[in-house]
Amino acid sequence: MKKAYLYIPLVGFLVLALIFAVQLVMNVENPNNPTELESVLIGKTVPNFTLEDLVHEGKTYEQDIFRGEPLLLNVWATWCPTCYAEHQYLNQLAASGVKIIGLNYKDDRHKAVGWLEELGNPYLISLFDGDGMLGLDLGVYGAPETFLIDADGIIRHRHVGDVNERNWQSRLQPIYQQMLEDAKS
Amino acid sequence: MNRFNGLKAMCVAVFVMWLGHPLAWANIDAYTFESVDQERTFHELNKTLRCPKCQNNSIGDSNAELAKDLRQKVYEMLQEGQSEDEIVDYMVARYGNFVTYEPPLTPATLILWLAPALAILIGVASVLYRSRGSRLAAAEIAEEEKQRLERLLKDTDEDSAP
Repeated sequence: MKKAYLYIPLVGFLVLALIFAVQLVMNVENPNNPTELESVLIGKTVPNFTLEDLVHEGKTYEQDIFRGEPLLLNVWATWCPTCYAEHQYLNQLAASGVKIIGLNYKDDRHKAVGWLEELGNPYLISLFDGDGMLGLDLGVYGAPETFLIDADGIIRHRHVGDVNERNWQSRLQPIYQQMLEDAKS
Repeated sequence: MNRFNGLKAMCVAVFVMWLGHPLAWANIDAYTFESVDQERTFHELNKTLRCPKCQNNSIGDSNAELAKDLRQKVYEMLQEGQSEDEIVDYMVARYGNFVTYEPPLTPATLILWLAPALAILIGVASVLYRSRGSRLAAAEIAEEEKQRLERLLKDTDEDSAP
């Protein structure tokens, strides 16, 4: 073919168009948030902590509560509107047997207790992280965030934003099921 | 008299608003430092660490709750006598390379360093290639022209023959 270089702009354009098309299709299938950050804690154990129970002051928990069975760790706060939207679905999950630990993040303790009394309590244990330092160790940069933690206390997945039926069934539940199977073996 | 008071109040209000303007007023947290060096390091880190929440703000610029926490953490770590690198490593271990404005050289970020060099190389290569190509083309044309010239000359020779 003579003068092949004349086709360079066309080829470049087609490659770009293909990249954009792939990204568009991916966005339709799984609307991702451009500000979402990868968690660097995937494959690592839950950081060490000593935190009080949300309701019973003085009663403390440590990282060993994440040993023994697969758990969800849900980071929430009363100042977070999305958490309100997500709460009913968490109640449903808890009712269906999913074990969830709540981390009340940089919140007013009194308000948080009232919130659980009013909206129901999906959490096995509610940790109170008033100064957000466990949140910092987990790389939390907002609420809600949900971590999937396996029976060995290793973080397998982080989900930023609310948990709802759609993303639970498509993304989170398969990982949770896998963790349950791993725990059996 | 009343009007004058109103004007004065307005002037004061405008002045206060101007003072409170975010550009005129970076974050002022009351931190006390043990030394000038420590204070300089603190401000340095505030500029070079990036806020994961208000992305594209440094933690010094951002008013997000998280940025306040991170500033507080930086301050505490400095008080404990930790070095700048240790603090950056601590943040990277939690938030990934996103939190620093100076990404390390990893396979994933290699392209950042290579892209400019590659662009120059490709440019130079294409210029060289095309100049060679055009020389060849010129040579070809010259060849054709020569033959035509010869033909023309022949023709004229024949025409001018009696």
